[in-house]
Amino acid sequence: MAQKNRLTEGGRIDRSKPVNFTFNGHPLQGYAGDTLASALLANGIRVVARSFKYHRPRGIMAAGVEEANALVQLETGDRTLANQQATRIELYEGLSATSINCWPGPNFDLMAINSWFHRLMPAGFYYKTFMWPVAGWKFYEHFIRRAAGLGISPREADPDQYDQMNVHCDVLIVGGGPAGLAAALAAGRSGARVILADEQAQLGGQLLNERCEINGKPALDWVTTAETELADYPDVTILRRTTTFGYYDHNFAGLLETRTAKLTDGGEHTRQRLWHVRAKRVVLATGALERPLIFSDNDRPGVMLANAARSYLTRYGVKVGSRVVVFTNNDDAYRTAIALFEGGVKIACIIDTRSAPDGELPTAALALGIELVDNSTVTGVTGGRGIKSIEVMSLNANADGVTGVPRMIDCDVVASSGGWNPVIHLHSHSGGKAKFDEARGLFIAGETLQASVCIGAANGEFQLDGCLKQGFQAGKKAASLAGLKKSSRRKLPVAETIDETPARILWALPTTKPIGERGKHFLDLQHDVTVADVQLAARDGYKTDEHTKRYTTLGMATDQGKTGNIPGMAVLAQALGVENPGDVGTTTFRPPYTPVTLGAFAGRNVGVLTDPVRMTPMHHWHELSGCTWEDVGQWKRPWYYPQTGETMQDAVNRECLAARNAVAILDASTLGKIDIQGPDAAEFLNRIYTNAWSKLAVGKCRYGLMLREDGMIFDDGVTTRIGENHFLMTTTTGNAATVLGWLEEWLQTEWPDLKVYCNSVTEAWATLSLCGPRARDLLTEFTDDIDLSAEAFPFMALREGTVGGIAARIFRISFTGESSFEVNVPASYGLALWTQLMNAGEKYGITPYGTETMHVLRAEKGYIIVGQETDGTVMPQDLGMDWILSKTKDFLGRRSFARNDSMRADRKQLVGLLPLDKQTVLEEGGQIVAENSTARPLPMIGHVTSSYFSANLERPFALALVTDGRSRMGEQVYIPMKDRNIPAEITSPVFFDPEGERLNG
Amino acid sequence: MSKYSIFSLARNALNFHKNWEQAWRSPDPKESYDAIIVGGGGHGLATAYYLAKEHGLSNIAVVEKGWLGGGNTGRNTTIIRSNYLWDESAAIYEKALQLYEGLSQDLNYNIMLSQRGVLNLAHNLHDVRELKRRVNAIALNGIDSEYLSPAQIKEIVPIINISPHIRYPVLGASIQRRGGVARHDAVAWGYARAADALGVDIIQQCEVTGILRDNGRVTGVETTRGIIRAPKVGLVTAGHSSVLANMAGIRLPITSYPLQAMVTEPVKPIINTVVMSNAVHCYVSQSDKGELVLGAGIDGYNSYTQRGSLHVVEEQLAAVCLLFPIFSRLRIMRKWGGIVDTCPDASPIISKTPVDGLYINGGWGTGGFKATPGSGWTFAHTIARDAPHRLNAPYNLDRFTSGALIDEHGAAAVAH
Amino acid sequence: MLLIPCPFCGKREETEFHHGGEAHIERPKDPDALSDEAWAEYLFMRTNPKGVFLERWVHLAGCRRWFNMARNTATNEILGSYKIGEKPPKGAR
Repeated sequence: MAQKNRLTEGGRIDRSKPVNFTFNGHPLQGYAGDTLASALLANGIRVVARSFKYHRPRGIMAAGVEEANALVQLETGDRTLANQQATRIELYEGLSATSINCWPGPNFDLMAINSWFHRLMPAGFYYKTFMWPVAGWKFYEHFIRRAAGLGISPREADPDQYDQMNVHCDVLIVGGGPAGLAAALAAGRSGARVILADEQAQLGGQLLNERCEINGKPALDWVTTAETELADYPDVTILRRTTTFGYYDHNFAGLLETRTAKLTDGGEHTRQRLWHVRAKRVVLATGALERPLIFSDNDRPGVMLANAARSYLTRYGVKVGSRVVVFTNNDDAYRTAIALFEGGVKIACIIDTRSAPDGELPTAALALGIELVDNSTVTGVTGGRGIKSIEVMSLNANADGVTGVPRMIDCDVVASSGGWNPVIHLHSHSGGKAKFDEARGLFIAGETLQASVCIGAANGEFQLDGCLKQGFQAGKKAASLAGLKKSSRRKLPVAETIDETPARILWALPTTKPIGERGKHFLDLQHDVTVADVQLAARDGYKTDEHTKRYTTLGMATDQGKTGNIPGMAVLAQALGVENPGDVGTTTFRPPYTPVTLGAFAGRNVGVLTDPVRMTPMHHWHELSGCTWEDVGQWKRPWYYPQTGETMQDAVNRECLAARNAVAILDASTLGKIDIQGPDAAEFLNRIYTNAWSKLAVGKCRYGLMLREDGMIFDDGVTTRIGENHFLMTTTTGNAATVLGWLEEWLQTEWPDLKVYCNSVTEAWATLSLCGPRARDLLTEFTDDIDLSAEAFPFMALREGTVGGIAARIFRISFTGESSFEVNVPASYGLALWTQLMNAGEKYGITPYGTETMHVLRAEKGYIIVGQETDGTVMPQDLGMDWILSKTKDFLGRRSFARNDSMRADRKQLVGLLPLDKQTVLEEGGQIVAENSTARPLPMIGHVTSSYFSANLERPFALALVTDGRSRMGEQVYIPMKDRNIPAEITSPVFFDPEGERLNG
Repeated sequence: MSKYSIFSLARNALNFHKNWEQAWRSPDPKESYDAIIVGGGGHGLATAYYLAKEHGLSNIAVVEKGWLGGGNTGRNTTIIRSNYLWDESAAIYEKALQLYEGLSQDLNYNIMLSQRGVLNLAHNLHDVRELKRRVNAIALNGIDSEYLSPAQIKEIVPIINISPHIRYPVLGASIQRRGGVARHDAVAWGYARAADALGVDIIQQCEVTGILRDNGRVTGVETTRGIIRAPKVGLVTAGHSSVLANMAGIRLPITSYPLQAMVTEPVKPIINTVVMSNAVHCYVSQSDKGELVLGAGIDGYNSYTQRGSLHVVEEQLAAVCLLFPIFSRLRIMRKWGGIVDTCPDASPIISKTPVDGLYINGGWGTGGFKATPGSGWTFAHTIARDAPHRLNAPYNLDRFTSGALIDEHGAAAVAH
Repeated sequence: MLLIPCPFCGKREETEFHHGGEAHIERPKDPDALSDEAWAEYLFMRTNPKGVFLERWVHLAGCRRWFNMARNTATNEILGSYKIGEKPPKGAR
């Protein structure tokens, strides 16, 4: 396939390596080293995309990150990528790309009907209409949504992986152009740990687009030498295809590395890698972006940035057209004219808004015989899907209108340059301000909050020699500030300095009619925001840059306004009569500099690695038993153990009956366990818990309640005195880490005088809780050094000895209301002991039970669960737990009991509920009303906190928090569901063994 | 105020849109007003609008240190809902939602209220219990509210991952079908335009530097554009509530944290509702432009920088990738930070203060946008009558002394 | 992303720490002697300044020690950290 616009020689592509690809289904060919954009241009493809709002045909307008038009959908299926800039896609064999947001294609797009109605669709038109009828927006929105959006999201899960690196360095250098490379050399020579990151596959930055010299040789030779030298420094890391997308506090930067040349596919690598870099010093050598001139119909395919035309020629050996007009307000674009001319491209003329430019570059261009049309502007463009000709007129004296006779010039490309904007995005991310350089009409970095510096073009230095000098200086200084003072005596490279004469900044360029009445002056090409839109915004009253941005959507597209924002702000300033564009608002750039993949942010924290799973020592046994799981915090806990053919209720009934009638076993290893030691441990517990601990005897257990300082219940658990100065505290499963933190906080910050140490021992122990009438029989078989009789080993006591030959602690504590033994053995013995108990217990009908049965059994006893009967608004008194509140000492939260709201008589109180039909299990979270009504709203008096069917009671029952509940015993209330109100009776919250006789059994 | 409509749009198209009236004037501050509202965000502008419209108080000024809607109004994820647990919250958020439902017409400004439904996901049994509690309470308060099974969720959001085997499986969800999103900027601009038409002076680039008092009564404010006097001053400065209150010698139970949000590149419609998960900190909706709008959890420390930390965003996007594995290849286009003023009970303050004539509205945490009309409506009442409305009476400053908090933290501690 | 100087371990990433709110709020010695207003002041009222802020941090994923730090909340600039019981650094007092 012929690449009709490809030069036979020149450029940095490899003509020996053809690369086949398709665009909108057409097979095409480019070369290794091409981008999709350069290959499309080489093949003479002009219309690549349609715009967002008016669906105007668009071509390639840039050669890098600033491309606003040429977005494509890359590939299809699970690896598809939306909205990719053709200028940033390295060409690979088999690439398949399609145009987006147009149908059937970019050359003929039915959605272009929008442009017929463009006069009805100025900036913000949607705020002024679509308001009738009241519910109408939903209707209009449906169509607007379908028309909007650009590319399409993948529909399948991402097959690729992403990873992250966390690194520290002395100097992070962003940008591998001349300034950045020079800085890297200087810093590298001093021995600093350096990271040099550049967004492109090749280092060199703007040098890749130029034919300039360093030290009298081609500049790229210097780049190669520099790369070779840097490769020798073990502490220098060069990251190519790596965009520094965000600059955060304290010199922390986020970098996105694309790891392979093929953008869509990680292959055997992760596709992208996100680097977290903490640098002592940051050098921002991020270069500059050219801005376009804003003239009428400046969006036609063929209008592009002057530097892009130069880049396609010099770097890719591609002629962007056959007759090129260079349109400029500055000297730099003459480089483009000269390069194109010397590359064999016909230059129709150079149009300069200035009069008689006489700098070195204009002089050189004129010497080549190129025609100059000065003091003039483009006033119109003919050709919809590609430029056919342009109309040019002279500027009037004030440059706010045109004069003379229009002249038509045939051409197919307008390469325009409105000057260069330093890339100060990263500086801005980190909290630095921008300041407007009025003389040159550009924003440069102001004061920084970080240990950073902007150099080179990013600092407004556009001379190569100056960039090199700033680079070496900055690199050396950064290394020195990072503590590396070693200096190098090598000669610095030199480059020719070409004097450039000042630009003539005009922003929106006039036509024969007022702006907006002839053609469209586009500022934001992707979002179709024009000068007229910005002027309308100013007229409508949206007078700051932020208002205008939001009202017109200027700069809100995927390119984030890299070319349009600054002209846009200047146009706004003019519309408001403000001289200095810096005065309409401070530009704030927001990360990321270029879009960053979600998957890269997530890194490896996806799938099973999303969050660690905590498993008890007996986890494997549970799994083999076929239990179902409940997630509690990070833990997996058996929920219930269904046998073949059993429903959940069947299984829970069986487990509940076994616990009350035979023996049942629970894996309680997940309960938090905190070892507390020190001479002041008892005093510490006195302050933390609501009850008193000083007199607890060694070997005895006690239930404790912890409150926050506002008096609300925070956690509960049993704590045992193991020695005079040694306690073992248990906490709820989900709260274990929080409670440990709570204890340490009070000890360290408020009571540093207390001699107490806390240590989490949750994972040191496996906890096997046996309960039921046969529990003692079973356990007796396993121990000969502990007397398990009720007399020798009473409820709420601890014994240490051996169980099954394993050193163990046995606690006689119970959460089920049954006689229980909580056996703790070192975690590594947990599975062995569990298995032995299961085997030996078979004859007693041992039954493993899960959290559901545990909940039923404890609720039958009216025992609370923190987080279920409490929700952060519940005090102990509300639960009828006044008995646990010491009257003789202070404790955390106590003072809050005396507040008005705490003393209200009508607080919600814990009660039992019995559904009257004896069959319906109430919904947990069901609300309770006093009145049997279907009216809404209906006053609520409380809610169901726990609700189960009880096999032991042979009926459903529930716990609830009800306003003034304790004085409502016997009252009938209702729990409204969608279809009916369920009647229930308020009862005591203790349903089983109210005297607690079984505990002591 | 000239009316906005398709007809005015067509008429103006004929002359290239050159004759539109300014949406609001830019007056210089007068020497004195009947009331001054400090803060030109949605809440402040709504307050001014309802003061003028409902209470006939039109000699008032809104003073804004930057640009209208430049604080949290322009930085949120635009979600609107009224599915709150406690009666007090349900009442005020539902008032707000009802005002939202007629707001485009009331203001003659399309705020693009899109009631596409808001889902809150449950990922464990504790979440399920809590969500059902909410769903039942909300329904009994007369507000639409349903509980959905995973299969029903899948019908509404076909791209969500409801596999029971993922780390945080989706066990159920609540849905409020009247919930949805609105265009945040339009809410501020619409209120500003309508308030201006009623005679309210909206004064931008005017920072309050002091609050003038005499004998325990407020007398005006000191600003970067001079002293402005008024017998009544309302502070509605989300993100700077403590700073402003401090100028009047008032300490608040408020802490200010960074909150980050972000949008992806635009894609064709892929998700047509709002999905929220408190447990894994992720809020997802799709804007009319096609961007996915994503919200993170708050950063862990006080800050006024409007910048958050990257790891907070990373955790949130990992959660998005877990629930929506197909979004992994989309790209974040822009992220930003706001400052959220949070109260200990996660409920706001709309209250009189110890200084006579000085009123405060703040502490909305992450949830202020959805309350905008209700907040302004009740605050206007409070300022005009020097007494709270029934709807905002519970949101007084005294509750921190009495303990009558309105705890909307949602799920509290986790279960055994 | 803050880089926090733990007085015990040196500079570490923010992700290793947990913020503990305003520093130097002492628990009243005799809560019963306080009015409800004074108790509410202790419980809830916070300085929350825009500017230099004295705050508590704990090096949760490190030494697990609590310490205080002076940070400018308008810029996140850290003026210094100091141990519990010590005085804030100069310029932060």
